[in-house]
Amino acid sequence: MNPSHTASWGILNRRDFPRLLDALRTQGYRIIGPTLQDGAVKWGDIATVDDFPVGWRDHQSPGHYRLERTESFRYFDIVHGAESFKPLTFAPRETLLVLERTHKTFVATPILPDPEPLAVLGVRACDLAGLAIQDRIFLHGPYADPYYRARRDRLFIIAVQCTRALDTCFCASMGTGPQATAGFDLALIEGDADFVVQTGSEEGARLAQHLSLHPVPPERLRQEEIRMAACAASQTRSIDQSALPRALYDAHDHERWDDVARRCLACTNCTMVCPTCFCHGVEEQPDLMWTRSERARVWDSCFTPDHGYIHGKNLRPTIKDRYRMWLTHKLAAWIDQFGMSGCVGCGRCLTWCPVGIDLTEEIKELIRSRQASGS
Amino acid sequence: MARPARSFRQGTKPRLAVMKFASCDGCQLSILNMEDELLSLGTVLDIAYFPEASSRRLAGPYDITFVEGSISMPEDVQRLADIRQRTTWLITIGACATAGGIQALRNWADAEEWKRAIYPHPDYIRSLSTSTPISEHVKVDFEVWGCPIDKRQLLRVLTDIIGGVRPRLPHHSVCLECKRQRQVCVLVAKGEPCLGPVTQTGCGAICPGMARACYGCFGPAEGPVAAPGAPPNTHALAQQFHRSLGLIPVEVIRRFRGINGYLQPFREESHAWESTEDTHNQG
Ligand code: SF4
Ligand code: SF4
Ligand code: SF4
Ligand code: SF4
Repeated sequence: MNPSHTASWGILNRRDFPRLLDALRTQGYRIIGPTLQDGAVKWGDIATVDDFPVGWRDHQSPGHYRLERTESFRYFDIVHGAESFKPLTFAPRETLLVLERTHKTFVATPILPDPEPLAVLGVRACDLAGLAIQDRIFLHGPYADPYYRARRDRLFIIAVQCTRALDTCFCASMGTGPQATAGFDLALIEGDADFVVQTGSEEGARLAQHLSLHPVPPERLRQEEIRMAACAASQTRSIDQSALPRALYDAHDHERWDDVARRCLACTNCTMVCPTCFCHGVEEQPDLMWTRSERARVWDSCFTPDHGYIHGKNLRPTIKDRYRMWLTHKLAAWIDQFGMSGCVGCGRCLTWCPVGIDLTEEIKELIRSRQASGS
Repeated sequence: MARPARSFRQGTKPRLAVMKFASCDGCQLSILNMEDELLSLGTVLDIAYFPEASSRRLAGPYDITFVEGSISMPEDVQRLADIRQRTTWLITIGACATAGGIQALRNWADAEEWKRAIYPHPDYIRSLSTSTPISEHVKVDFEVWGCPIDKRQLLRVLTDIIGGVRPRLPHHSVCLECKRQRQVCVLVAKGEPCLGPVTQTGCGAICPGMARACYGCFGPAEGPVAAPGAPPNTHALAQQFHRSLGLIPVEVIRRFRGINGYLQPFREESHAWESTEDTHNQG
């Protein structure tokens, strides 16, 4: 994804859409996209266009997810699935090393993934923003993570622009969507009869040559801009970032933390579905003879009892400690640490919280009462 | 904590015993199910007493004793005390031994009346009025939870003890493992009353993987006794079952009063729902 790439646009007729799949496969990519699985939409293999969840749309609200049948023939009516982009680059469980005991010492053999080239179709602006944050965490600086790198470098990313937002979406207030502007090889806007295709990289432009695209009339591009702006305007949730990070640091002793702690289960779901949460643990799995051990990296969360455990003491024993840790890191400390918010506004933590805790409501209370009390 | 295995007598293999109290034998079967590892187990351990597996019955003392089952009969108490005397490590395996098991439902009932209602000769039945976990009677060195236990967890505990490492198992929620397995949440996507958020990990999130709600087989997350303000937040989950998923109080009680229903966090939650419906509605 070359930043110097000059974008170009074209129109792909709906009946030519399968050509996109053919072109990707010819280039050696396995293709994944949104598919129906277990009553939800997840990343799954796309063999033909029939694998897309045509005739379904998703409804999401805090603690609630349902699919609904529609008459629509569009491929991308589902806004976003149960999973963010995260598991595709940062594996939930992956073996890092094998350690083997020899006569007097031991040998460590890194197990680097050798993943197949992967084209991901149907990536949303918030997914891309989450991916950019994970890139910043795993690839920045002198200790770039080779495991993440291997999974990241094999990707061909095809974004789909959002023209419908979920009740839970608030990307507009986070400045991450609904329009994807970077980080993709190709981006699609789905219309009734066709797709507007935008190139985002040289690789994307090369692939687009196989699609027999037609020129786009300028007024069509303006119409699509209006649809995306309407999608942004339709969002009802937001986070006011102007007061952050300070306001949240100042709210350390706010009574709202006690209130949310009574509702929160410390179940970890919010951190698991969050596209940016990167915490992980390292597990050693020795064999019975203690001659060989596999060292694996697994997703972890600031809601587990082990996360705050340091030398005989859990620094965050209560749910209040843990929720405060999550929200303060996500929305405030992240800014100091990485120069950006840790939230991209995808709303997944609202939907997939079993008790429907809504961080946009929590932050509003934490900041509002602070202003009211004039502190 | 018992002394680690590195102090087992030099050159000898640690002696293992497997004992049973009131239980279904499912956890012992989980040991036998470790097909791939049984051979290596036999090379690193001396399996001295395991009637379910072998007719060889060596008398103690033992280095490691697995205890399955709950204390349910009058003579159990003395037999358990004897076992405690003869072993270095006493490790309970399964929900019966760690929580009293499903038979602990009798702790809420009139056991004498049940005997009369069920058995033609109730006088033949010699059982206590309660079923209680092993830890209520003797010091337990380590607990392996689950109904049945997970063989990977059991193997890990054995591996650690043999290697001279203090055993540790994770205490976080089932949800973390459910998400690591990339499963769709049945509570959010189907409205199933899943106990995963308040249940300890260990099973590999099997039920949500089969589109079923978690039954709580591995007991309350973060331990048998909840500290103030600490997980498991059974009350918030129970409220969600009632208010959003539409469970009536008796259904909420049944969710929590299951295999591990006698452990404090689950027990107190089910008690809280026993009072009138008005009370819960005020939350
Ligand atoms: S904090 Fe919630 S809304 Fe924000 S990026 Fe993470 S999952 Fe999405
Ligand atoms: S948060 Fe924004 S970019 Fe993400 S799915 Fe919703 S509308 Fe699209
Ligand atoms: S906020 Fe919701 S998803 Fe996150 S730990 Fe609490 S209950 Fe679980
Ligand atoms: S299905 Fe159950 S265990 Fe899995 S995430 Fe949902 S509540 Fe947790």
